[in-house]
Amino acid sequence: MNTRGLRSQLKDSVPVTGMGQHIGAYGVQDTLRSGFSSVKNELLPSHALELSEKNFQLNQDKMNFSTLRNIQGLHAPLKLQMEYRAARQIQRLPFLQSSHLALDTLKGNDESISFEDILNDPAQSEMVGEPHIMVEYKLGLM
Amino acid sequence: MALSNVVETPASGFNFENVSRNVALKGLLEGGHTKAPKPMKTGTTIAGLVCKDGVVLGADTRATSGEVVADKMCAKIHYISPNMYCCGAGTAADTEKTTDLLSSNLTIFSMNSGRNPRVVMAVNILQDMLFRYRGQIGASLILGGVDCTGNHLYTVGPYGSIDNVPYLAMGSGDLAALGILEDRFKPNMELEEAKELVRDAIHSGIMSDLASGNNIDICVITKQGVDYIRPYQESEYKDKRQRRYKYRPGTTSILTEKIVPLELEVVQETVQRMDTA
Repeated sequence: MNTRGLRSQLKDSVPVTGMGQHIGAYGVQDTLRSGFSSVKNELLPSHALELSEKNFQLNQDKMNFSTLRNIQGLHAPLKLQMEYRAARQIQRLPFLQSSHLALDTLKGNDESISFEDILNDPAQSEMVGEPHIMVEYKLGLM
Repeated sequence: MALSNVVETPASGFNFENVSRNVALKGLLEGGHTKAPKPMKTGTTIAGLVCKDGVVLGADTRATSGEVVADKMCAKIHYISPNMYCCGAGTAADTEKTTDLLSSNLTIFSMNSGRNPRVVMAVNILQDMLFRYRGQIGASLILGGVDCTGNHLYTVGPYGSIDNVPYLAMGSGDLAALGILEDRFKPNMELEEAKELVRDAIHSGIMSDLASGNNIDICVITKQGVDYIRPYQESEYKDKRQRRYKYRPGTTSILTEKIVPLELEVVQETVQRMDTA
């Protein structure tokens, strides 16, 4: 159930970053996709669910780990997070599709289907990034 | 084509890129007196009750889109698992997709564990999913099934609220249907009596509500199996359109016949050889 540990949800929820604007062609803001540029657009989400969906997985993980820590002690979330980190490191380069098999098995996503698996499959996205730029962004050089 | 402005692969799941554009477009359209298209709703009467041997679910078959009947033979009772069926009211696409996802998840679970899923599991999955999306998924569902713990009937609202009761009605025609159910429901009814009661409840919903109509579907779930009767009762106001507008030869009777031969004389004759090699 998703309602465990509400107190931990208040304490450890993920901080809000700005709603990123889409930089379209020629380096200016993509008016068609994200509307006219205004401070309000940058700070506030355009849809009621945008913020909660962006951080949903992170919030769930925080809540679950916090509950686990309260029940079983610090070692339990520590061990799990160590495994997650190890599984996250064995991916392909950013512009290629990785299967996330180990990570999915650890998280239990291999036994369930939700909207993340049906809608907007990244393997079939229409836009492909430039490999060099994507690697530079991932390494923090950009 | 590789774009140089894409720095990360887009996240999967819901994409909110077009929301502000849609809001702006809607403002433009309304100002110009055109209406944006409305999603297809199943504005419905659905009902269910628990009887002695199992669960009986019933639904009408009309789907509306604004003031127009979009589908006259809509199937509102969705398959979840061999022992569970779900009636859906609200936005048609949302109920379809939600019940499909639920059915897939339960199939994976039953393949993994080798057991038949229980009704409470389905209800919990639905509740989590609908609450996550804070009611933006417009699906009010009546879930009924028979498992090892007995016969169950649950309702799940669009915000994730659940209720476990012996008889239920949902949808825009629920008040009319609930009146019939409240009047004649008794615990541990016989199967035939239960089917008649559900039929009467849906019928009263159809009569009293504009958004419900056409045929009545009934689904009976028992320990032995499922009987999905579609349609249980057809509406008296069936379509009498012809579909074929060609007349049979002989429809018009021939009164007189007069044949005038056309006299032709050969003026010029040319022969051209065809190359058939």
